[in-house]
Amino acid sequence: GAIGLVGTSANAAGEELTPNTLEEITSYNNYYEFGTGKSDPANNAHQLETADWKITIDGMVDNPGEYALADLMDGLDIEERIYRFRCVEAWSMVVPWNGVELADILNKAGVQSDAKYVAFETVVQPDNMIGVRRGVLDFPYVEGLRLDEAMNPLTLMATGIYGEPIANQNGAPIRLVVPWKYGFKSIKSIVRMTLTDEEPDTSWNKTNAREYGFYSNVNPEVSHPRWSQASERVIGGGLFAARQDTLMFNGYEKDVASMYDGMDLSEKF
Amino acid sequence: MIDTINTTLRRIPAWTIYMVGAAWAAWLFYLGLTGGLGPEPINALEREYGALGLKLLIAGLAVTPLRKYAGINLLKFRRALGVTTFFYILAHFCVWALLDVGTFARVWQEIVKRPYVTVGMVSFVLMIPLAITSNNRSLRKLGGAAWRKLHKLTYLIAILGGVHYLWLVKGFQIEPIIYMIVILALLAARLKWNRRKSVMA
Repeated sequence: GAIGLVGTSANAAGEELTPNTLEEITSYNNYYEFGTGKSDPANNAHQLETADWKITIDGMVDNPGEYALADLMDGLDIEERIYRFRCVEAWSMVVPWNGVELADILNKAGVQSDAKYVAFETVVQPDNMIGVRRGVLDFPYVEGLRLDEAMNPLTLMATGIYGEPIANQNGAPIRLVVPWKYGFKSIKSIVRMTLTDEEPDTSWNKTNAREYGFYSNVNPEVSHPRWSQASERVIGGGLFAARQDTLMFNGYEKDVASMYDGMDLSEKF
Repeated sequence: MIDTINTTLRRIPAWTIYMVGAAWAAWLFYLGLTGGLGPEPINALEREYGALGLKLLIAGLAVTPLRKYAGINLLKFRRALGVTTFFYILAHFCVWALLDVGTFARVWQEIVKRPYVTVGMVSFVLMIPLAITSNNRSLRKLGGAAWRKLHKLTYLIAILGGVHYLWLVKGFQIEPIIYMIVILALLAARLKWNRRKSVMA
């Protein structure tokens, strides 16, 4: 069951993870469509329109089309996964997600054998999104995974946190969670997934390729050009909390390292 | 109108700036301790102190142009503004070094390896001689001309502070750009445009 899963694959480092409170998880966010401050998403994301959510799945799939969220989730088991969440800005929290494996959704769409990547896209609602109107990034926000990363059992499509529907500021109604990569890879409020044979564009890479690579695996040995990634501030620890050391692949090395065998991770960062 | 402002300003003692500055810094620290700055108070406090330091620096730079162009006299507050700026940047540095980064080795590594930290650090270090000589005794000892020359370092400090802020944000953010424009505008307001005219004449 869900508990067993939490104790095994989801918690690769083998120690008990204590989740952050829902209050912490919903009040400290990066969601640049709603502003660049950490509390901006909590203040502004109520404007996000999530009714009748549809996701387009296209590209190299057998069953392309526009799916209602409910149809996409139909028949899939929603599990709880307690994952570490490590932001590229060197802070971290622990989130008890509820969701389904991305692989299960992709299998419904029928991935064709020549597909190598999945491209993702976040909704754009300029009237509701102050960050979009200000042009903080080149919107829509886009992200991508290699197909083996997308199919990895750790890769989740989350629809809830703490058993409740995911809050708008956390990426309602459905978002990606890739726990061994920096948080910005875990794209929010997804409206499109495209199977392709070319490495897709990713938003932060387009903005600053020197600082943000396509892979963006959590790696304490590869610094961000402007700050160290060797340690992280833990959300919720208070003013006098010490930093903790960042773990290779955010603690999920055992489950994911083999996908990158032979790759120079300082070059493919 | 201007006279009323100046009369009112004359009634406010300069030490008000120190009192309000210290009280506000303490209040922010208290908010950080008690959750008022959100679930990650270290970075939040660091940014609050840094941004306030930059605002005070800008306020100090605004004194001369305000007098020159608007006739508003804030001269008697300038020293307090400068010292309070230093106080906030010192607090900003302390939160960063002691609460955020944590160890001396890591602090040194960040200063040496991260250009935006280096720039901020240079700006802070340049403030130290100004803070030390901010008293009347130093002014007398150095003599007015030398003292004024030394305190022109403020211009460089302001530019470096603005660059530090511009450099640390992600994506296209308008706030640091506005700060930089204001700093450059206040410095430009000091240029003596008429010098060229007189040469030409």
